[in-house]
Amino acid sequence: MIGVLALQGDVREHEAMLQVLGVSTRQVRLPKDLDGLEGLIIPGGESTTIGRLATLYGLIDPLRDAIAAGLPTYGTCAGMILLAERLSEGSQPLLGALDVSVRRNAFGNQNDSFEADLDVTGLHDPFHAVFIRAPWIESFGDEVDVLATWDGHPVMVRQGHILATAFHPELTKDERIHHLFITMTKES
Amino acid sequence: MEQATDRVKRGLAEMLKGGVIMDVVNAEQAKIAEDAGAVAVMALERVPADIRKDGGVARMSAPEMIDEIIAAVSIPVMAKARIGHFVEAQVLQAIGVDYVDESEVLTPADEENHIDKWQFTTPFVCGARNLGEALRRIGEGAAMIRTKGEAGTGNVVEAVRHMRQITSDIRALSTMGSEELMRAARDLQAPFDLVQEVAKNGKLPVVNFAAGGLATPADAALMMQLGCDGVFVGSGIFKSGDPALRAKAIVEATTFYQDPAIVAKVSRNLGEPMVGIEIDTLSETERFDKRGW
Repeated sequence: MIGVLALQGDVREHEAMLQVLGVSTRQVRLPKDLDGLEGLIIPGGESTTIGRLATLYGLIDPLRDAIAAGLPTYGTCAGMILLAERLSEGSQPLLGALDVSVRRNAFGNQNDSFEADLDVTGLHDPFHAVFIRAPWIESFGDEVDVLATWDGHPVMVRQGHILATAFHPELTKDERIHHLFITMTKES
Repeated sequence: MEQATDRVKRGLAEMLKGGVIMDVVNAEQAKIAEDAGAVAVMALERVPADIRKDGGVARMSAPEMIDEIIAAVSIPVMAKARIGHFVEAQVLQAIGVDYVDESEVLTPADEENHIDKWQFTTPFVCGARNLGEALRRIGEGAAMIRTKGEAGTGNVVEAVRHMRQITSDIRALSTMGSEELMRAARDLQAPFDLVQEVAKNGKLPVVNFAAGGLATPADAALMMQLGCDGVFVGSGIFKSGDPALRAKAIVEATTFYQDPAIVAKVSRNLGEPMVGIEIDTLSETERFDKRGW
């Protein structure tokens, strides 16, 4: 059972992707929804909104504790921001699980959003990545493996049981990155 | 690398799902909206309730106001252009807004034609009262749909009517045989390929939000339970007694729309809602939802 944080954002697309891969899912809105999960996805959405609701409904500490205790977690776009330890600008609630500094809306506004083929470490063929008002990683610690970059900026990273992409595999039909995440949940 | 593709345009709306988009007329209101948990703000010259009260021609916001709003917040900024006013839309794209709302709330600039939205890199959201209208707008390039509702009234009845109509139109299509779809396209006055797509998938090809007349947390939860992907709140917030408090409550009710205990909790002690208007007391010319086709 993999949970999808469902406070706001493209929850349905992640659920659909996991269901295609034969994994059962649960929406997570309150701390009790975390019980017994084998993995967690933090979807795309508005990171300020998700962070605010997570704070208000007492999810920040339970999420931090669960991830620190080894819950495999994957964040896309807003999810990557929420997993980060630091922001290069501004302040908002973060989970601080990933030793990176993230720049929000790094590519610009919606007119700068794009899709492109991306080389990803460990994948044989390029991955068609959709970037929407996407963040990038500005700096990262020694424990972080960079799996893909765009224009010199890390846009996909892994740190142990935590995976993050600045783009949205869930908006495509390509399930390879979700498959990688499911493999991670089985390793732990 | 490709930009302004359908997937990129529609994708931003996908990210807004489960969220609240709030009408704002200046940077200060935009900041209040962001702090309350809005997923985006909608910049306009006057909120619909004031457009009703003051009359006159309602136009796109002044560019400097939109610039200030963009500078004030980190969330997406949308702005309204008049129906058919493709130059207002060009200006909004040049300013760098994240979405353009071709809106019946502003005074229409063209009574025959909507904007050809395929010509733009910036995505568009448009209002609809039924499936045919939604598919005509999508056919013109809209990347997101919202109910028209009846803006500036604080009365949710039209938003409910439009959402129920869209849902029942989709349900009807999805039960039809393929040989019935051309007649359905004729009756809906909608592009045939989009009719086929909706019949096959049982849903719109783009995100559909509620808009027009929402004023309370319960209104937002109602529209979510009726199947909307998220909500727009216009006059309902900044025409109420305590905008920041009401904005927060509507955000929470939208996320927890299936949990009446939470909707009840956030609905307590909100102060005065905006004063509502009975739709039946409006004349035909005062009905914003009759603008556009």
